[in-house]
Amino acid sequence: MVANALFVRLPADRGADSSPPTVEVYLNDTPLRLPANTSLAAGMLAAGVTRFRNASVSGSARAPYCMMGVCYECLVEIDDVPSQQACLTQPRAGMRIRTMDTLPGLAFPGDAPQSADAPAPHGEKA
Amino acid sequence: MSPHNASVSTHAFDLVIIGAGPAGMAAALRASRHQLNTLLIDEQPEVGGQIYRNIRSTDPQREKILGSDYSHGGKLAAEVADAVAAGRLNYWPGTSVWQVDTEKTLHALRDGRAVTIQTDAIIVASGAMERPFPVPGWTLPGVMSAGAGQILLKNASMVPGEPVVLAGCGPLLYLIAAQYLRAGVKIRAILDTTSGTDWKLAWRHGRDLLKGWRYAQKGVGMLREIRNAGVPFHHGIQDLRLEGEDALERVRFDSGGRQHTLDARVCLLHQGVVPNTQITWSLRAEHHWDDTQLCWIPAVNEWCELSVPGIYVAGDGASIGGALVAALQGELAALGVLRQLGNTDSGTLARDADGLRRQIDTQLAIRPFLNRQYRPRDEFRIPADDVLVCRCEEVTAGSIREQVALGCSGPNQTKSFSRCGMGPCQGRMCGLTVTEVIAQASGLAPEDVGYYRIRPPLKALTLGQLAQIDQ
Repeated sequence: MVANALFVRLPADRGADSSPPTVEVYLNDTPLRLPANTSLAAGMLAAGVTRFRNASVSGSARAPYCMMGVCYECLVEIDDVPSQQACLTQPRAGMRIRTMDTLPGLAFPGDAPQSADAPAPHGEKA
Repeated sequence: MSPHNASVSTHAFDLVIIGAGPAGMAAALRASRHQLNTLLIDEQPEVGGQIYRNIRSTDPQREKILGSDYSHGGKLAAEVADAVAAGRLNYWPGTSVWQVDTEKTLHALRDGRAVTIQTDAIIVASGAMERPFPVPGWTLPGVMSAGAGQILLKNASMVPGEPVVLAGCGPLLYLIAAQYLRAGVKIRAILDTTSGTDWKLAWRHGRDLLKGWRYAQKGVGMLREIRNAGVPFHHGIQDLRLEGEDALERVRFDSGGRQHTLDARVCLLHQGVVPNTQITWSLRAEHHWDDTQLCWIPAVNEWCELSVPGIYVAGDGASIGGALVAALQGELAALGVLRQLGNTDSGTLARDADGLRRQIDTQLAIRPFLNRQYRPRDEFRIPADDVLVCRCEEVTAGSIREQVALGCSGPNQTKSFSRCGMGPCQGRMCGLTVTEVIAQASGLAPEDVGYYRIRPPLKALTLGQLAQIDQ
């Protein structure tokens, strides 16, 4: 359990499996164990990730909104392919995930402060 | 009629059903009982759709939290599993449709691989999505839809880590509140955007409420559960603002003539659900603006068939009616397909269809009351100038209004002017808002303002995946 996570798993006596199967993935190059049977987006939220990507114009922080494949706010890079929907992806052992918050985005130079002082990928703190 | 492989990635079926929620599951069961070679496809790893999500792998504790309506889906899901195991039904989980055409060819990604499917009939059962809730700060991490909260509970047994604020209106908002209370989650406050139960309205709809008494009784029970728990409940809130730097920190609102501020890191928003019309619009099927549900509804005949022959739509993707109506419509659409393919006695079909239509009418009796009682207020649908309408391209309501002043009269023009609706979600999150903002600014009716011209690919795919298509 991660302090500061927006969402946490219920204790077993309140509805969760006591020890769900997990897989090891890499989040921004840091090893992380996630439950195997829940979506990648859910696992990342429980791991304390609050910044999944930057908005493409302002560079502001974004995280999952709908969890059902509609809003596209949970886009992450998976195994070198950018812009994958984390809410529709199941974690697999060895999967390499990167939050998309260090990319320059599509802004014109000077529009957003994201290239010079980009925030550290949140996952490394998690 | 057995499937044949024209190439490695091409498959042929009598009927393809898109979406394995209640409508899709019921349609698939009906069709497979009549020996149609049917394929049921769904984006998720398990059947159930959003309403019965993870129904096959839940446990008694979670079922208790989620309630009896949720458990109801277990029977349908079990029958689907039996039909699949017995080889009477083809089921592809983890499959996303990115193109459907009027010749009834589908292109999809199945576990990341491109597949092409040819079929005689299609039932679109792609369900509902939550109505956009454009308020200041709704893009901040920690602000999510109530449906997202429910999915986290159903799929991952996850709940907000600290007291949560719930804002908006509609049955789903009260349902998640009741479910959180059963799970021992603290609710900071419920900010209700309606003014409480309108008893005059309830009286006017008395007969409908009586017909839908089971449903009404459940609603009253949920509200009592919330009240008994002592959750702070603010009625008729206005000027909702979500604030924070890189994530939600505070929720501000007006209630009873006073300003309130609550510290919160998670706020769940909800103001009803609307049909997910991405596929039906992409087919250029006829749609109409529904003034009672404040959304687009695809036009269908009495067999749930679109203006595009051989393509049907059932469930909340057709019009919001809930899970029980969705299952009945799924069956009705399956009968429509049997009628189209002409291999079932037409008298039997007509009789079965009439029975289903009568049950649908009974189940829908309560909807006019719900539509009126939980009609989202204008200020939460047609926001002030500074509010982001298009989350992807970060276009404000004010910018849309400026473009209307310059002469734009529809969403496709404002899209060209501002990229509004051109980001990754392809207009799913802003479409309804843009139609209504333009309507308000121009004085046109939403029906005349129209909607985005939705084009494939409906889901993002790589050039590599596109190149796998073998034609």
